[in-house]
Amino acid sequence: MKAVVTVMPKPAILDPAGVATARAMEHLGLKGVHSVRIGKSIEIEIDGADPSSLTEQLHEICHDLLSNPVVEDYKLEILS
Amino acid sequence: MPQVTTGSSSMKVAIIQFPGSNCDTDCQAALLSFPGVTAEIVWHKEISLAGYDVVVLPGGFSYGDYLRCGSIARFSPIMAAVRLAASTGVLVLGICNGFQILCEAGLLPGTLMRNRGLLFRCETLHLRVENNDSPFTSVLHQGQVLEIPIAHGEGSYFADAETLQALKANNQVLVRYCDASGNVSAAANPNGSLENIAGICSHGRNVFGLMPHPERVCDLILGGTDGRGIFQSMIDWMPAHKSNN
Repeated sequence: MKAVVTVMPKPAILDPAGVATARAMEHLGLKGVHSVRIGKSIEIEIDGADPSSLTEQLHEICHDLLSNPVVEDYKLEILS
Repeated sequence: MPQVTTGSSSMKVAIIQFPGSNCDTDCQAALLSFPGVTAEIVWHKEISLAGYDVVVLPGGFSYGDYLRCGSIARFSPIMAAVRLAASTGVLVLGICNGFQILCEAGLLPGTLMRNRGLLFRCETLHLRVENNDSPFTSVLHQGQVLEIPIAHGEGSYFADAETLQALKANNQVLVRYCDASGNVSAAANPNGSLENIAGICSHGRNVFGLMPHPERVCDLILGGTDGRGIFQSMIDWMPAHKSNN
């Protein structure tokens, strides 16, 4: 099976790297950049697994390891 | 009532070495400069900390800071023993990456985020002692200004409003970034930490995490001795409190 986890800073959290990148985009001539937020995309491939049996465990791993719930949200997508 | 161990001024310290720790031997050298202290490096794959009075999680880049600082070290085998030690009142000190690991492990509230200015800050700056009612600050006085270096890229302390309120209500903020005169100001904040927080202790006061490096200023030959007060506090606290294990 294949899953993709997207981890993003929570909306209320300042993302200094995103702010700096937004400034660089403006510097390159892109007008009206309102917000840039930088997160992570984590691709996971697991051999011979039945997705439904792993969903709960993957959510635990997303919560405990892949994201820090104090400042980040995650989205788990199971692709196949 | 604390248990009094008569005639003992010894303190046995475990310094946890993770892959990527790089301040472990500095911590050991600093601790060994105090009479009566033994300090041993303990590999992170060990599973017991029985017999130690203090556990130090040193600075460095455990697991290369992959994923998030401290996020992988938090699952090292030794961490169950660190958790157990903390729950039984053993002193746990996390410095820099050690502080990040303690937050990731949930032994301290909040987290350390990327520095506000995105720069890795490596410089000596000032800290104000906010509270001396802890095993880590007892020989210092409230308002005292210490000169201690920082060296981090992810040291911006953050906690939600409710957590911050609880930290303050319980006097868990032990040190804040300040200027040379002790003023806690935005200009003296090197990394965007919430309310200039540089170090906090647990609700039970036996777990302390801070981003600055007291072990780097324990000898005049290194430019200062302001870090010694933190270790001396722990040593002075020990005889009246340590359990017989």
